[in-house]
Amino acid sequence: MRRIFLSFIVVACLAALPFVAPAIGQPALPSLVARVMIYAIAAASLNLALGAGGMVSFGHAAFFGIGNYVVGILYYHHAEGVPLFGFIPGTDQLLITLPVAILVSGLLALVIGALALRTGGVQFIMITLAFAQMLFAFFVSLKTYGGDDGIIVRNANTLFGIGLRDKTAVYFVILAVAVLYFLWLNRVLGSSFGTMLAGIRQNEKRMMSLGIEPFRYKLYAFVLSGMGAGLAGALMAVFMRFVSPDTLAWTKSGELMIMIILGGVGTFVGPILGAAAFTLLQTYLAGWTEHWQLVLGILLLVVVLGTKGGIQGLLARFRGSAA
Amino acid sequence: MTLILEQLLNGLLYGVMLFLMAAGLTLIFGIMGVINLAHGSLYMVGAFAGAWAASATGNFWLGLPAALVASTVVGIIVELGVMRRLYERDHLDQVLATFALILIFNELTVLLFGRQPIFLQLPDMLSQPIELLPGLLYPPFRLLIILVGLLVALGLYLLINRTRIGMLVRAGSTNRDMVRALGVDIRLLYTLIFGLGSMLAGLAGFMMAPVVSVQVGMGEQILLATFVVVVIGGVGSVKGAFVAGITLGVLDTGLRAFMPGLLRHLMAGPDADALGAGISSMGIYLLMAIVLLVQPKGLFPAKG
Repeated sequence: MRRIFLSFIVVACLAALPFVAPAIGQPALPSLVARVMIYAIAAASLNLALGAGGMVSFGHAAFFGIGNYVVGILYYHHAEGVPLFGFIPGTDQLLITLPVAILVSGLLALVIGALALRTGGVQFIMITLAFAQMLFAFFVSLKTYGGDDGIIVRNANTLFGIGLRDKTAVYFVILAVAVLYFLWLNRVLGSSFGTMLAGIRQNEKRMMSLGIEPFRYKLYAFVLSGMGAGLAGALMAVFMRFVSPDTLAWTKSGELMIMIILGGVGTFVGPILGAAAFTLLQTYLAGWTEHWQLVLGILLLVVVLGTKGGIQGLLARFRGSAA
Repeated sequence: MTLILEQLLNGLLYGVMLFLMAAGLTLIFGIMGVINLAHGSLYMVGAFAGAWAASATGNFWLGLPAALVASTVVGIIVELGVMRRLYERDHLDQVLATFALILIFNELTVLLFGRQPIFLQLPDMLSQPIELLPGLLYPPFRLLIILVGLLVALGLYLLINRTRIGMLVRAGSTNRDMVRALGVDIRLLYTLIFGLGSMLAGLAGFMMAPVVSVQVGMGEQILLATFVVVVIGGVGSVKGAFVAGITLGVLDTGLRAFMPGLLRHLMAGPDADALGAGISSMGIYLLMAIVLLVQPKGLFPAKG
């Protein structure tokens, strides 16, 4: 009950933000929060594979980036008026681009997952990284779609005839998608599927002897995870109006993992807190010093070596000592 | 024909480099069970220390001991300060802690040397190409790198198969706990292996310094390829690192050299160049994916 109440307050605050921010002299805040929400979706998706399913994927940038590129490529063909492969017309309708991005990244996750899940441990980490790098190399070399430079989405996507160039409109779209996504994620984690996934993570042999085939459920989780990351990537393209091969780079996979560990692995709120902490840190440290990566690196090292469970763990410990 | 031979030598050079990096990484991987993303940073440390010492003293050869000492010392500090705490952790913590080390090393290097690439001048003796075969000119420094790499491979083979430390290393990569149970000071062994791996990375960095530009981020470029080598070769296997390193080096160089030319028969020049470059950089990852699907533990897994 308390959790539902708290979620309501958070969503209400987020909804009020675009109107409050200029008044308190922080007009840039909504954009920052929008980015946090997008990364929260991406990190929570990765957490579904990594935290809930125990699959350490070092290649989730592949799905984030492919979602990014789906929006960009559809826009490109819409703007040029040339169908993709000669028969798929481009579009700038958000109601089409988002589902297509989710679908494409889901299919990609199905292929990568089916292959990668044949291995485990270090090999799994490396093979997911390898697939992401392949995509990265592929898109960097595609001169049609900008190569190194990416695609600039000049005219933003539209939803019900409303252009999403408008900062407030796109903010509310992102907020709505994020709320829906986290409601959905909550149901997934609480379902029997979520329980089975947790069981597989804790003891695969035990689940097998209970008659549950781990491979199938891990693959489902991996696909769902990829779809979520693709959704986040597509939102990022809509929001930034720019599609960049950087979204496919291995450092992006690393950043998503950092968010999860900053927030707390395998928890529901962890990735949200982690995405917020990472994005805010990055923005404010970069404004403070050119060498912000040094500070970030040291901080991350301290968190990994010194804390158990990131911010979420700290909060839990604090609450535990208070009670 | 000379072009193919020349590219073959270039491939061998790259392969030897990959081997030097992968040999250390695979031992660290296999024996301590930690994923060290910061291995590329040690390569960078070697390159910077070597280039700096060589240009400060004006003597190219003084760069070599500087690179070796710097990378070994930094490696041992990293082992004592960070790695030690990671041996018992899961892979996720290891990936993130060493990712943090990359950020730290890169920014420290920017603070010390700035963002401009440093170029290391070779002595004339080594930079004037010599004629290996009629029509095949090749810089002697590159030949020297290949030679050094092969000598290191031989040395490592002897070290691992003929000495007591090597015996412990082999035992450690097969069954870590058993070695510890038999009363071996495993912590000292870990530090030694980490130091050795760092030294090899520093050696690779110094030797590559005159060939590529010495700049921040150079470590990450070779790091990912090194991981591919380690995984294909089989975690913990130096033999695997050698075979996979040379194979990948030749494959990668060959694809980069000849793919655009082949594609140019099919499409326009600039498109062919771009797509060729893309396909060539995908090549090694594709090979890794294929190998892992056939042999999930790599070609020569150290553990049974």
